[in-house]
Amino acid sequence: MMTRIRRRGLSRRRFLASTSAAAVGVTLFPYRALGQEAEKRVNFYNWDTYIGETTLDDFKTATGIEVQMDLFADNDELFAKLREGNPGYDVIVPTNDFVERMKTAGMLVPIDHDRIPNMSNISPLFLDAEFDPGREFSLPYMWGTMGIGYNRNAVSAPVDSWKVLYESDEYSGRMSLLSESSDVMQMCLKYLGHSLNTTDPAHYKQAEEMIIAQKPHIKVFAPDNGQDLLASGEVDIAQEWNGDIAQLMTEDDAFTYVVPKEGGLVWQDCLCIPTGAPHPDNAHAFINYIFDAEAGAAIADFIQYATPNQAARALLGDDYKTNPAIFPPDEVIAKCESALYLGEDVNRMIEEAWTRIEAA
Amino acid sequence: MDDWKAKKPVFATLFAPGSVWLTAFFLIPLGFVWVMSFGEKSGIIDIVISWTPDNYLRTIETIYLQIIWKSVWISALATGICLLLGFPVAFAISFARDRWKPILLLVVILPFWINLLIRTYALIAVFRTRGHVNFGLEWLWEQADAVLAWAGLAGYRLLGERFEPLTLLYNDFAVIAGLTYVYLPFMVLPLYATLERLDRSFIEASLDLGASQMRTLVSVVAPLAMPGIVSGIILVFIPCLGSFLTPDLLGGTNAQMIGNVIERQFKSANDWPFGAALSFLLMYVTFGALAIRSLLAGRKAGMEV
Repeated sequence: MMTRIRRRGLSRRRFLASTSAAAVGVTLFPYRALGQEAEKRVNFYNWDTYIGETTLDDFKTATGIEVQMDLFADNDELFAKLREGNPGYDVIVPTNDFVERMKTAGMLVPIDHDRIPNMSNISPLFLDAEFDPGREFSLPYMWGTMGIGYNRNAVSAPVDSWKVLYESDEYSGRMSLLSESSDVMQMCLKYLGHSLNTTDPAHYKQAEEMIIAQKPHIKVFAPDNGQDLLASGEVDIAQEWNGDIAQLMTEDDAFTYVVPKEGGLVWQDCLCIPTGAPHPDNAHAFINYIFDAEAGAAIADFIQYATPNQAARALLGDDYKTNPAIFPPDEVIAKCESALYLGEDVNRMIEEAWTRIEAA
Repeated sequence: MDDWKAKKPVFATLFAPGSVWLTAFFLIPLGFVWVMSFGEKSGIIDIVISWTPDNYLRTIETIYLQIIWKSVWISALATGICLLLGFPVAFAISFARDRWKPILLLVVILPFWINLLIRTYALIAVFRTRGHVNFGLEWLWEQADAVLAWAGLAGYRLLGERFEPLTLLYNDFAVIAGLTYVYLPFMVLPLYATLERLDRSFIEASLDLGASQMRTLVSVVAPLAMPGIVSGIILVFIPCLGSFLTPDLLGGTNAQMIGNVIERQFKSANDWPFGAALSFLLMYVTFGALAIRSLLAGRKAGMEV
């Protein structure tokens, strides 16, 4: 239970990254050979600790279909594993910008809405999306934000701006930024007043220069372990995902989470069916089951991320439904943006900027 | 010894498994990477092999050469420290009693039983601000402070107001310490293998003829152990050069080594052709190191003739 919402957690991420090469070798062949729809099986590729404790068993009891779940550590790993061809997965969980990227690359197949009757449980807010108009290729699984987690006892005033992390030496040497290039750049763009989906090279140059200037005050670009750095006192202010800090907050109320006034990133992890899925019928049945009210409630209760399944949310207690770290107020969400897929050229521009930032 | 030409079937049988393995799992994949390094992206997942030199031209941009240079000196420093620490250890083991040798060697190899990743995380717990080193130092500080207070010097605050923890993590020190820790056995084992075979009568002769201990070490033992030293240096330097996990986990905001850049090309940057070209650039640097080794070996062989 302690680590239940550390989906983007520290050890697992790196551990998976280092073992995934071996896993590819093991999982490459058998699925293809057995690829018959008559087979009562669905191959699910998911983040770690990102499903209910008994969801897979319950689904098997309800339908007789066995779920084989493999884990990935980040979108890049998911993408890298599927880009040379689907090794046999039926259902995957990419984040919004990767949905768009994979869709553009022809790596996803449409979801037949007629076979997902439980879609009626999904909040209407999530039934359309800029990254996937009409939700042809993706259905919303969980959503959340990126903001700042910090130790209330270690700051002179409550943190409410990205300025603290990007243009201030007040907490020099006690701050961490994430180590993903796009995350760090996008939040800097928000602070500078630009859209995080800008494609203007001048905006990226401005962000690059600001981050390089701020670098001496940043202790570490954390490989998504900001919550551990906060807990161990290594830093007092960390850029992080809401769920990671929400978990820390349940353990120690000195810590809190804020989406700064300039706005942050709102993300959505989606259920998709990759091209070449060997069991598309079972995949539809599984996706439909996840949007069942009780099944969805069990998942959300266990992983403590915000569910778009409003029937499921209604079944849960107030400590979940009204937790501001899980469900930020609407006016905060209004200032956030979701990341769009901006094309390979922008991606390369960001990556090259990041190489220069780290080398500076 | 029989000439292999006289027993070709035996030779082929013994040679086949290794060469098939090497071809299937090393040379062919390496060939794919090499070909890919001359490709270019034509879409999100499509790569066209156009035999363009662009990827290599990109690798020799100043920024990447700077990063390679930084990787080289970090690796060289870690290798040097490994040699300084590893030589006395290997020397001691080779002169230990026979029944102790297996146990001492086991102690050297023991860390290999634990995954590299877990050992690196253990180092975080050792080095961090509230880690074991700082706890130990804080304890020493308190003891010393108490002794001073007992001696009536409390008012002078000779040791400062309170204990200031050392910043051991998230800097280049942590990266070099991490690399040294991980690769030390690769230095000790080849050194031990050479020192173990070393003819002790040379050492006796040197000492009998009046050379000091130090002189014997520098002029007799070190030259005789040179093959082991060179092997050790290569075994440590090359993996250090390509490491990405250690700088990623232990390094600060400018810890980036070339291995990190290559890793990013295959993941977040999604630019496999450029990653392949960078890998080959790194490999050429490695070949350079090996060439230096064979040059040294050649000179040594020349001297012996």
